Amino acid sequence: MTVAEKTRFIQPDTLIGKRIVKMDAPEKIEGKTRYIHDISLPGQLHGKILRSARVHARIKSIDCSAARSLPGVHAVITAADVPDQRPIGVARDHLPLKGDRVRSQRDEIAAVAADSEEIACQALKLIRVEYEDLPVLSDPRDALKPGAVLIHPEPHGADGSSEHLKQGAPVAYAGKPDNIAMRFDYSHGDVAQGEAESDVVIEDTFQLHYVTHCCMGVSGIIAEFDASGNLLMYSNTQVPFLHKREFADYLNMDPARIRIIQPPIGGGFGSKLDIYPFEVICVFLARAAKRPVKLLFTREEEFLASPTRQPVLLTLRSGCRKDGTLTFRQVNTLHDNGAYTSWGATTPFVMMQTFSSLYRVPHCDYHTVAVYTNNPYAGSFRGYGNLQATFAIEQHMDMLAEAIGMDPFDFRLKNAQDAGEVTGQGMSFKSCGFKDCLNTVATRSDYQNKRKLNQAAQSAPGAIKRGIGMASMLHVGGGAKIYPSDGCGTILKLDDFAHVTLITGASEIGQGSETVLSQLVCEELGLPMSALTVVNNDTAITPWDVGVHASRTTFIAGNSAIGAAKKAKVKILAAAAKKFACPEADLGLRGGWVIKAATGEALIDLPRLLRSLHFTDKAELVMTTFYYEPPSVHQDKAYKGDVSAAYAWATQAVEVEVDTETGIVRMVKVTGAHDVGRVLNRLGIEGQIEGGVVMGQGYALTENLMIVNGVMKNPNFRDYKLVTAPEIPEMDISFIESMDGEGPQGAKGVGEAPAICIAAATANAIYNATGVRMFDLPFTPERVYRALHGKSEKPSWKPL
Amino acid sequence: MSLMHDIAFTLNGVKRSATVRVDMSALDMLRDVVGLTGTKYGCGEGECGACTIQVDGLSINSCLMFAVDCHGRDVVTIEGLADDPASGRAAALRHAFVEHGAVQCGFCTPGMMMQASHLLDKHPHADEDSIKRGIEGNICRCTGYKKIVDAIVAVSHQEGKGATT
Repeated sequence: MTVAEKTRFIQPDTLIGKRIVKMDAPEKIEGKTRYIHDISLPGQLHGKILRSARVHARIKSIDCSAARSLPGVHAVITAADVPDQRPIGVARDHLPLKGDRVRSQRDEIAAVAADSEEIACQALKLIRVEYEDLPVLSDPRDALKPGAVLIHPEPHGADGSSEHLKQGAPVAYAGKPDNIAMRFDYSHGDVAQGEAESDVVIEDTFQLHYVTHCCMGVSGIIAEFDASGNLLMYSNTQVPFLHKREFADYLNMDPARIRIIQPPIGGGFGSKLDIYPFEVICVFLARAAKRPVKLLFTREEEFLASPTRQPVLLTLRSGCRKDGTLTFRQVNTLHDNGAYTSWGATTPFVMMQTFSSLYRVPHCDYHTVAVYTNNPYAGSFRGYGNLQATFAIEQHMDMLAEAIGMDPFDFRLKNAQDAGEVTGQGMSFKSCGFKDCLNTVATRSDYQNKRKLNQAAQSAPGAIKRGIGMASMLHVGGGAKIYPSDGCGTILKLDDFAHVTLITGASEIGQGSETVLSQLVCEELGLPMSALTVVNNDTAITPWDVGVHASRTTFIAGNSAIGAAKKAKVKILAAAAKKFACPEADLGLRGGWVIKAATGEALIDLPRLLRSLHFTDKAELVMTTFYYEPPSVHQDKAYKGDVSAAYAWATQAVEVEVDTETGIVRMVKVTGAHDVGRVLNRLGIEGQIEGGVVMGQGYALTENLMIVNGVMKNPNFRDYKLVTAPEIPEMDISFIESMDGEGPQGAKGVGEAPAICIAAATANAIYNATGVRMFDLPFTPERVYRALHGKSEKPSWKPL
Repeated sequence: MSLMHDIAFTLNGVKRSATVRVDMSALDMLRDVVGLTGTKYGCGEGECGACTIQVDGLSINSCLMFAVDCHGRDVVTIEGLADDPASGRAAALRHAFVEHGAVQCGFCTPGMMMQASHLLDKHPHADEDSIKRGIEGNICRCTGYKKIVDAIVAVSHQEGKGATT
């Protein structure tokens, strides 16, 4: 046996930028993944909710006696049965069970837990509710008019009704003397000065519609109390640690007694960032019935009782000089809050960033008023207000350019941000590939040439007109410091066989976080992907994380995972250095071995080294922890501050064919360039972008929740039209790698970005094809046909 | 109060019987009576394809089929597709779905797999446009369909190469 023939050398390799397959794909493909819908607990009951039959009414009486006596029914609850219920939601204006007034079609009045779903449904039919109708407020423009119907005039007590509101009740919502839910006011510079310096000023009102997430897996929850009164919830939440605390508030419990398990989710897209009445109600049912209760929505309920994207009326006034320099922006928006306040009302946080900072603009004024109506209430949805803001701003970029006779691409390039810029809102662009995005898209789509040709062809014969339009976006790409911490924790455990368990606070909602986080750990430790198991779904095990939102998981949880892996690496190399009597710096980890860094010579395989650490008198295991907090700051009261550790940029060009005889718009091609910092998992990032583009396509062309006098007219997939496979455009996606200094391996967030520009670019493309500008969404055949024939009314709204 | 009915059928190659309510869908029977949860409820009205199964070689929305209508039929679910070692095509599709990144949240995936397998059973060399038409009844909210189409196209091309006539 010679030593020489046993010497092996391991070549350097990297996982970064490769096409790494999603770790849980095989399970999902074989139908083995257990979503919340697939879980049944022994002794489990089924919960169902009775919703309002009216849009706005006083509840005169509720009679549950027949329901209670139906065999198989274990609990029937109304507001009167839960005198301790507390208002939930972003503004704490929403009692889960309504006792005296219903304010929208979705409102919860009673709930049943029964042996089966069928019995629960039968019981709901036996509940008698007497209503006294109230006038319906459905147009947000009417909400602030004198004499408007008030949606929340009464206080809500901690016991669920105003009649029983007692002095010193623990939590109460005070009621509102008007219909204003929230206001946002931001400014930098002096818009009056900006307007005085302008050669061209334009003003338009844009109307953004209702759409909803349409997660393929409907909402659901399972709630169970153990013998000691601890609450266990199987939940679809995207923010388990925030919700643990919030549920504790709502249930008057110690947060330490609440545990949340997150089974795999059938789609998130922002819909699961808030606590909704059904979740609290299910806990009430479990408490009343003393049994586990599972509550699942039907698809119709999913439409009726899930949050929507924020509908917005937006008036934008913009100016520039003849040389193409932007001078000012003045923005007023009216947010239709719906009947209650969820995250949709707070989308101005993101919208004002786009107005103040996507382009260099010296003077900017932004005002939002979010008003209560009897409509569905809006939550957070991928892009978080940015689709709405970008729709307006990027149309105005084209319109201003046209007004001064400048090419819209040149106009954008002239005003685009660069790295090193600190904007009027205090956002500091440490890495910025915006101009690279613009140039890449213009070149790859042949934007300037096609735009001129299409414009010239507008008056040519033939019903089909082609158009190309461009839009860009800025979004947080390194978390968003909204909560006291924007951090994420990681625990890393290496066993005796060098198998790594990555325990992360980050939630997986289908975007592939488990794969990219494993990839980052493997890259540090020189291990193959097969060496990793991820635990990411149980608040009793995983360390704290703020949640999956704001395109933050790869950046924040990625840095956290790398931090834990680096600590493990230090420990391993220290042990190896001792064993081989050499400096740690001479060693490395590669291919599952400790190697000589200079030559790649394999010294000892990692499992043996780990066992030698473990099975000695000192008996050590390699287990590390890390908590990453990004170096971003909270905004001040004027909404200024560098709220994200990095910012993501993108430009997309959309090419359409408009059939001027039918109004049908066909999306032919999308050319996109995304500043993602660095590509980590090429397969995963392509999937995120393609999915986002098609979601943006639905927002632009087909999706529309039709609300008439507060009633949803199309709560089903037949009448709410999602994009299907034959309709998707050709997609040409480029990645701009700006190598962010703070990002994990240089990467920035991308989750929300691809959906943001599509509607704006499509509007510009329709204009290029037809010479007709579209101010309201979606671009359905009827709407486009009317616009082409001068038969549509331009949206209008002026702040009072 | 519901009427019950006894049925006998073949499920994933195994003969079995079940007692079901007469108003129960095949989907609910598979999930709640048989206990196979790979077939998903997406809409309950035949609009999304998440519950796609194969019955006597036809692709069916199981939410629209009565459980009692399974009597005497040959029913295949995603679990059966996954468990059949003889079916080279199913293995090729599974491999292609993984390698092409056709899965994100995965909720539409079992239905998509059942539809893709049915499509290629009927049209082994389907081109990209036919494949897009073939899965238009299956909604996916995550992927934008492109990688799903790519995966099915890859299998179709493999079969094209392997074909001797």
